[in-house]
Order: sequence, then structure tokens, then C-alpha cells
Amino acid sequence: MSDFLVLKVMAKLLIPFILLFGFYVQMHGDYGPGGGFQAGVIVAAAFILYAIVFEIGTARRVAPMAVLVTIACLGVLLYAGVGVANLVYGGRFLEYGVLAHEPAHGNHIGILIVEIGVGMAVAAVMMIIFFSFARRR
Amino acid sequence: MDILTHFNYWAAIALATIGLYAVVARHNLIKKLIGLSLFQTAVFLLFITIGKVTGGTAPILDAAYSLYSNPLPHVLILTAIVVSVSTLAVGLALAIAIKRDYGTVEEDEIHDADSAAGTGGEE
Amino acid sequence: MDEGARQDARQGRRAIDLYLNIILLVFVAATGIAAVWLRNLLASAMVLGIYSLLMAGLWVVLDAVDVAFTEAAVGAGVTTVLMLLAIALTGREEKRVRTRPWLPLAVSLGAAGLLVYATLGMPDFGAADAPAQTHVAPYYLERGEAETGVPNVVTAVLASYRGFDTLGEVTVIFTAGMGVLVLLGSATRRRRKAPTSAKEDSA
Repeated sequence: MSDFLVLKVMAKLLIPFILLFGFYVQMHGDYGPGGGFQAGVIVAAAFILYAIVFEIGTARRVAPMAVLVTIACLGVLLYAGVGVANLVYGGRFLEYGVLAHEPAHGNHIGILIVEIGVGMAVAAVMMIIFFSFARRR
Repeated sequence: MDILTHFNYWAAIALATIGLYAVVARHNLIKKLIGLSLFQTAVFLLFITIGKVTGGTAPILDAAYSLYSNPLPHVLILTAIVVSVSTLAVGLALAIAIKRDYGTVEEDEIHDADSAAGTGGEE
Repeated sequence: MDEGARQDARQGRRAIDLYLNIILLVFVAATGIAAVWLRNLLASAMVLGIYSLLMAGLWVVLDAVDVAFTEAAVGAGVTTVLMLLAIALTGREEKRVRTRPWLPLAVSLGAAGLLVYATLGMPDFGAADAPAQTHVAPYYLERGEAETGVPNVVTAVLASYRGFDTLGEVTVIFTAGMGVLVLLGSATRRRRKAPTSAKEDSA
């Protein structure tokens, strides 16, 4: 994959925008189509595109396996942690209404945090899977 | 008219049949996994079909629309798609591990190797 | 008269939706058959990518934009890459096996026949008074925005009303990732071929 100049130039041009789009989808999921699941896959796809078109070694150095595993764990823990935080504030598990003065506002905050947790977990797991598959070449 | 009202269900069944056939009849493990993902998408199609309301629009609330499709199947299938790729990855990883240990992903050759080795496939 | 014209336009749009739906389903079924039929697994994986992209189009026609988004990113993107990587490791040609396909064919077609018989009791496609449409969906659509402040009802249901379900799904995804890591990770590799693994490692 080292001689495809057009592919390399285009990929280099596209990857920042793919990442930006991933973050847009993550934060805009409550007003349009999108959310943590889609954003996670899109962010992972940007890394996978880089690893395929350029070289996988650099991508591995940017996102080492230990870091990815940590991010995946943090994502799931963030989600569950919001639930526990609600318990602390006197609500039920994952009842976001208690996070703010107003139930609707608290729900909105809860949804945003939970979606970020989902995005982290999904992006990290997709990259873990890709790097595990590509490692054995 | 009956064909048009039930066409989606039958298409989902056709996809499920293709997937089931691939899982049962094909001997290559990768092909079996392809059949399995066809079966999964058939289930997705069935769910989304049930959620569709004629004349409705996507369930993103806006003052200009009053009729929306059912959001619940969308939620279930949205997560199921990401779960399906993760489980597919586990299946592919198992196939790769089998290739590593047996040198093949063809079902009959794996059975032959197993019966030749007695109990298991350990080197 | 204006009302009548608008009615006509709406009817026309519905008809187009229905035909688009049927055409896409025919294409999807054709690519599905091709994916199973082809002996070259590399070609099969590419056809499966096309299948997923067509599926994403179908989801848009069926109003499931969030699902279409996911399918386009996951099915046509990540799945194809994973398939190609796995095929590169396991061999790209399916072995030609002399078997009788009649028993599997009979089993699948028998199951299909029973399922088709079961669909005769299903509500019509797109019926607004079907049981699925009258159960909890109206509550989500009416109260969702007021209760959560989120106009996208799919996100509201995903993260708030069915948040516990989604937590489970995320855990499943996480577990799958860990499973792949255990199956293909560095530990097993080092044990099996120690001399070649000195080049790179991270964990």
C-alpha cells in the first residue's frame, strides 16, 4: 500500500474532517441523527483508514493497546457511573432527572454524558478489534 | 394488494432463509459467518418494517410534521447493529484461532483432524 | 383545491417510497444471494459491503435515519475491513466440497414456509393502528421532548427511557472487544511463536 499517491493525499486530506465529523455526530446526536454508537464507529474508522493507507505501526503508536483498553473501560464506567451518581443524588439508577434543578434539564445532561461514555467505549473497542486482527500479519 | 402489504416481511424471510442455508450447508467457517450476518440483517429488517408508519417521517420532532414512525425499533436495531459487528469480530477471531491451530477453516477437514488426533486438536 | 393538490403530492410521495422500498429489497436479496453463492471469499466480502450500503438506503426509506447512519458506518465500513483482514489470514478461496445441498435447502425452505404462513397474521405494512404503534411509542413521541429536552426521540429513548438496556449493550460490546483481545492478543501469540514477536509489542 505504499505507492498509491492519490489515495495517500486524499486520505491525509479527509482524516481530520472524518474526526471532526465524528465529534459533531457525538455532540449533535440529541438534535439530529447520530449519537455515541455512530460517532464511536466514525472516529474508529478514521484511525482504521490511516492504518490501511499509511502504515499500521504509526497508528499503533498513536493509539497503543493499553490506552485503548483503558478508554473502553472508562467509557463503560462513565455510563455506569452516571447511574451511580443518580443514586447518590437521591434518584434511581440512571434516573437523570436529579442531576439538575429541573428534571428535563437533568435528563439532557445525563443523555449527553451517557452518549460520551458510549462513544468512548465503541470507538476503543472497534480499534481494539481492528488492531488485534491486523496484528497477526 | 396483499403482495404489497406483506412484501417487506417476505423479503426479511427470504434473507433469513439465505442466511440459514449458508450456515447449514456451507463448510467454510467464514462463509457460515457471512450467512449469520445475513440472518441478523433479516431480523433488523423485520423490526424496522414493523416500526414504519405510512406517510410518517423520521422520529426527530419538528413543528412542521405531526406523523412519525415508531422510534422504539430504531433504538433496538441501532444498538443491535453495533453489537452484531462486535460478535461477528469474535466469530472471525475464533475462525482465525482455528486456522492457527488446525491450518484450515473448512469444517470437514477440522472434523477429520479431530478424529485423527483422538480427542482434541492440541499440537 | 389547494388541499386536493397537496393530497395528491402526498399520495405520490408515498407511492415512490413504496416502490423505492421494493426495488431496494430486490437488490438487497440479489446481493445477499451473491454473497453466499460466490466461492471467492474476497469477492463475497465486497458484495456484503454493497449489501450493507443498500441496506442503509433502505433504512432511510423506512424512516430509520439513525439506523441508516449506523449501518453505513458499521456494515459498509468496519465489517468489510474486518472481513478482509480475517480472510487474508484464513485463505481467500472456499474449498469446493461435494455435498448434497438438498437437506439444508429443505430445512431452510421449510422454515421459510412456516414463517410466511405466520406473516399472514401480521398487520399491513405501514399501518398506523398496528399494535406496535399504539403501545409505548405514542408516549415517547408526545412526552419525550418535554421530559428530556431532546428532539431526537431515538436518542432520548436510547439513553434515557431504555438507558439500562443500552448499558447492557455497551457491556456486550466491551466484552466482545475483550474476547477478541484474549483470542488474538499478544499473550497467546508470544507463547506460540516467540522468535518472530520480538519486532513489535505494546501490551
